[in-house]
Amino acid sequence: MAPDKSKPRSILIKGGHVIDPAAKMNAPMDVLLRDGRVAEIAAPNKIRGGADEKFDARGLIVAPGFIDLHVHLREPGQSYKETIATGTAAAAGGGFTSVCTMPNTAPVVDTAEWVTWLRQPERGAVVNVFPIAAATRSSRGAALTDFAALQRAGAVAVTDDGKPILDDDVMRTALQLGAELNLPVVQHAEDTRLTEHCSMHEGPTSFRLGLRGMPAAAEANLVDRDVTLAQQIRESRLHVAHLSTSDALKAVRRGKRAKARVTCEVTPHHFTLLDQDVGEYNTNFKMNPPLRSAADREAILVALADGTVDAIATDHAPHATHEKEVEFERAAFGITGLETALALAISKLHREHKIPLTRIVELFTAGPARVFDLRGRGSLARGNFADVTIFDPKKRWMFEAAKSRSLSHNTPFDGWQFTGKVVATIVGGGFVHRAD
Amino acid sequence: MMHRLNSHAMNKPARGSLLGIEHLEDGEILGLLKLARRMNPLKARPLLRNRRIVLLFYEASTRTRSSFEVAAKSMGAMTILVQSSGSSIEKGESLLDTAYTLRAVGADAIVVRHPSAGAPLLMAQHLDIPVINAGDGMHEHPSQALLDAFTILKHKKSFKSLQIAIIGDIYHSRVARSACHLLSRFGSKVILCGPPELIPDFAATLAPGLRITRHIEEALRGTDVIMLLRVQQERLAGRKIHLQDYMARYQMTTSRLKLAKRDAIVMHPGPIIRGLELTSEVVDGPNSVIVDEVHNGVPTRMAILARALGKAR
Repeated sequence: MAPDKSKPRSILIKGGHVIDPAAKMNAPMDVLLRDGRVAEIAAPNKIRGGADEKFDARGLIVAPGFIDLHVHLREPGQSYKETIATGTAAAAGGGFTSVCTMPNTAPVVDTAEWVTWLRQPERGAVVNVFPIAAATRSSRGAALTDFAALQRAGAVAVTDDGKPILDDDVMRTALQLGAELNLPVVQHAEDTRLTEHCSMHEGPTSFRLGLRGMPAAAEANLVDRDVTLAQQIRESRLHVAHLSTSDALKAVRRGKRAKARVTCEVTPHHFTLLDQDVGEYNTNFKMNPPLRSAADREAILVALADGTVDAIATDHAPHATHEKEVEFERAAFGITGLETALALAISKLHREHKIPLTRIVELFTAGPARVFDLRGRGSLARGNFADVTIFDPKKRWMFEAAKSRSLSHNTPFDGWQFTGKVVATIVGGGFVHRAD
Repeated sequence: MMHRLNSHAMNKPARGSLLGIEHLEDGEILGLLKLARRMNPLKARPLLRNRRIVLLFYEASTRTRSSFEVAAKSMGAMTILVQSSGSSIEKGESLLDTAYTLRAVGADAIVVRHPSAGAPLLMAQHLDIPVINAGDGMHEHPSQALLDAFTILKHKKSFKSLQIAIIGDIYHSRVARSACHLLSRFGSKVILCGPPELIPDFAATLAPGLRITRHIEEALRGTDVIMLLRVQQERLAGRKIHLQDYMARYQMTTSRLKLAKRDAIVMHPGPIIRGLELTSEVVDGPNSVIVDEVHNGVPTRMAILARALGKAR
């Protein structure tokens, strides 16, 4: 997507260890990229002929380009928080070659024109941008948007993210329309009737701080309803965004067992942090859904390992300092996440919880590619797009928010020591990021 | 593994700040109570002469505001009252910008009441002068807890082995949170009493040794101190409380009072709603120390202000 005239016609990635779960590959391999596609993948030193550029990947993992199903790049309308250019630069730094953008911008992306606008080269994206369009007009939860037109313009799914689709009939109709078009409906599952004025998870910490808490049931009840609808409507596709509670996972499992087309994503902060980490009103730990209880996090870790979760998604939500340096209850919901996702997955999931690297790579590649049918991506099969993420699973480093490529620095992970670092990101056969 | 470095550029609250009871050390609490006993608004030394104390009130207040003002003035300080209506707050000025403005005007300390939990801490993290929490949302009301402790000690020898029943709307109450933190420290047995809507089960995790009962008789039997709280209907936000039912089960009446020790004291931070959480007979009865509490607010807040401005000797 990034038309880089200086990019080499071919790159040979030599000496690396390829993990490509979709192709069931987990072995030392060389990879040849040519003209924006994967040209060849073969055992070490078996690729004949030269390449414009050789990349020494010894000691590194070579994976299909990572896909983030859930980012807020804030354009149109909120470019003081982030732009497509800065947000995709942060994505590249975090190893993401494709990001799916949420429509809760100003205005809301609820027309084909805005979907087209997001994909124009003038936006300066350095990774692939796949717009998710609003499911209802202005995301008001009432009148559905023109799904067919949005899909033709390039939308890969519809959602009212930031808000739920609460009304039963609206959700049913959205799933029906989505079923006809093979278009996933993404739900931000929050029964807002139970979360009015709430700013964190309901539990001992919210009580101690005197903050109104969102009960776990506010998420689980809605996921439960949606899964039931998805089971009733043939061929409908439901994707549960940023799932955060144990009970919501139970509903997703029920749907999957019944062979409904139900998928879900989990964020790095929900598998890493707990509600008590809010500490003394630290607004960089305020997001929606909120950080949950230890039992919820435990259930999420199990579901990440056992295959219930389809993808890790960041819910990258940049906000300006003046929107976070305020009273906790008034602070904006959301944290940035593109540059810390892989490091958290390796540090927490792999090293601490012993989830294999192959599974982690699947959660960043084959899993999300399947959720939104991103054809030609999520695997390094020959002929696929030349999107590659190369990382060092053993490299120790410290994340510094001040050095972030994102326009905003609202992260809870500033100063954290990590293991696992992105070394290079290749989009369409060209480097978009190389670690110094 | 991973560990977190100190990453926030905010400063620590200035010495003398009083943001809550939870993080106050035992010695500081006892020191403040001791100092309060030595304070007399009618015979005060001008410890705070030429000091400027801003009373920044984003919420209504009768008792707290007037007693902080009397406390400050009796020690010779100048007070400046800033309320949300009639100030730039109405025009949308942020809390921190208001704080910086007041600092620039020359405030030596800020006493703040705010509807948002954590607001005084936020100010303290960005200012180099003491910030005193005069009540923040549902979080804490430390000066109230201190004056209540002061009041209890006027009537009881020590906190040790006292049984204290806190009855009513704990969920919405900053007074209750501060009281729980304070009283559970010094060996009192604290029992919270009320319906689940107003006292969720996890309220017991607030401080060590807290117990919850849904039956007022159990809370009252043999108790030394009864603290009543108003049902904060303005903060209910969707929680359904049937007042008739609440009164039937939890209203403090003279007949229920008989379950407590004969010398039990009845406390209430105010404002009281006669006929709701307690009857008029209880308010005006011999066990009531409700007016005494208001009275004790002044020396307690004198102690808090003297400590804030480094005059606690």
